Amino acid sequence: MLEAIVHYSFMQHALLAALLSSVACGIMGTVIIEKRLVMMSGGIAHTAFGGIGLGYYLSIEPMIGALAFSSLSSLGIASLKRNSHTNSDVLMGMFWPLGMALGILFISFAPGYPPDMTSYLFGDILTVSRSDLIYMLVLDAIILLTITAYFNLIVVYLFDEEFGTALGLNMTFIDYLIFFMIGLTVVVIIRVIGIILILALLCVPPAVARMYTNNLKKMILISIGLGVVFCLLGLWISYQLELASGAAIVIVSVLAYFLAVGLERIGFGKHRPMTVRESAPSNL
Amino acid sequence: MNKANHQPEYAVVVKDLTVQYGNILALQEINLTIAKGDFVGIIGPNGSGKTTLLKSILGLVRPTTGAISVLGMPPREACSQIGYVPQMTNIDRDFPITVGEAVLMGRLVGKAGLFHRYSQDDRIVVQHYLEHLEIAKLVDRQIGQLSGGQLKRVLIARALVSEPQILLLDEPTAGVDAHSSSQIYELLKELNQSITIIIVTHDTMAVSSYLKSIACINQTLYYHGDPNLSSELIMSVYGCPVELIAHGVPHRVLGQHEQGGLRC
Repeated sequence: MLEAIVHYSFMQHALLAALLSSVACGIMGTVIIEKRLVMMSGGIAHTAFGGIGLGYYLSIEPMIGALAFSSLSSLGIASLKRNSHTNSDVLMGMFWPLGMALGILFISFAPGYPPDMTSYLFGDILTVSRSDLIYMLVLDAIILLTITAYFNLIVVYLFDEEFGTALGLNMTFIDYLIFFMIGLTVVVIIRVIGIILILALLCVPPAVARMYTNNLKKMILISIGLGVVFCLLGLWISYQLELASGAAIVIVSVLAYFLAVGLERIGFGKHRPMTVRESAPSNL
Repeated sequence: MNKANHQPEYAVVVKDLTVQYGNILALQEINLTIAKGDFVGIIGPNGSGKTTLLKSILGLVRPTTGAISVLGMPPREACSQIGYVPQMTNIDRDFPITVGEAVLMGRLVGKAGLFHRYSQDDRIVVQHYLEHLEIAKLVDRQIGQLSGGQLKRVLIARALVSEPQILLLDEPTAGVDAHSSSQIYELLKELNQSITIIIVTHDTMAVSSYLKSIACINQTLYYHGDPNLSSELIMSVYGCPVELIAHGVPHRVLGQHEQGGLRC
């Protein structure tokens, strides 16, 4: 594979795509699992499909459509979660298929032959183009800058949002900001792993990382590293065995998670796997 | 019952407060004044609105009608003067944060600037309170590795580092053993020498031995005053809910009402 990386630009692109998507995934994946927004993120990811369909329908770059849809839907979902009494599970049960349905609808209206959607649904890291890399880089920069600028506030938001509000901090703003960045993250990783498989790359690296650290910053850094390893290992396996790259990355990630859980059982790690929240005794 | 609502000697003035969640009336026409330096317990059965009252004072819940002033200001403007200690059940003990980092959070009050970083001053104040509350040696522990009593102290320290004039605690001894809870009350008693303390509690022990006054709430305010009034009198005169009364214990207002299957 090393030889291929030196000789073929598509392999160099794949390598860079793995790196760039891991940065977004490591940061936002950590936020998502600590705030328990996994299903919300899944919903936002699937609305992006509507945007891709719209892109084809309007003959614009599908990723622009995906960016518009996922960022707007992320803000819409954040607003509904805050202001309506609807259970967030139910919201996801609606938004998730709605995005897919709109995508299918727009594609069927699009002129000409229906395009092949497989690479958007399941990702194809080997077809990442130079322009894909540029928007991934820009979105990564936005995510990185935002998380650095608001880091202390985001920690309060994740740990104890109500306390933050009591301190007079604008937690509503941070809430919208986080949702918006989930929307951006989705767009960064669609090309690598696809809409349907996105959750694996968001969840697995931080879920493994939290077994080895009690520090949020370290957790983010370890997650980024693990994301790179999973992507490259998946890429290598898919290259060697001629398998779909998205599927290979997901399978590698999930196997790595079970390996980490197994290792923890026999004494490696901090004995702190992702379990059901320990409920403190209450005298309510 | 008191003459003015913006007298500086009052820490909190609640005037005609009504809070409604949709169709559910949580609080109705509450009038309550809390003097500076008071140590007041807000007491009432489950669903009586005591946490709602606490959150209204914090500005987390908006009044449907009526008004609250904290040190003469609306609650949202007074937030730098209020330290809040939430129930322990609000805390995700799995969260990757150490005691030191969790307490440092309290220093964020009012400062929400871009690229905010904690200053050396912030760290000095945090260290001071960690030592004061005897949890300095736990500073690098992840918060999941603490006992209930230790975590409570961490939450109290976090509320104190903003150096507030008023401390609000929601169920300060829930999930804490008897020994630790008396330590916590001793600590609050000592803190009360310089700050006003308001607690929401079910705890019978606190009522007569530590509190300076109690406010008995069940949607409306039933009683506010001396905690040592006999329970029979409170019941007959002010109509405090019967299940709150401890039978045969004259100086205790609260009883074992949790045994009726209400324990969560």
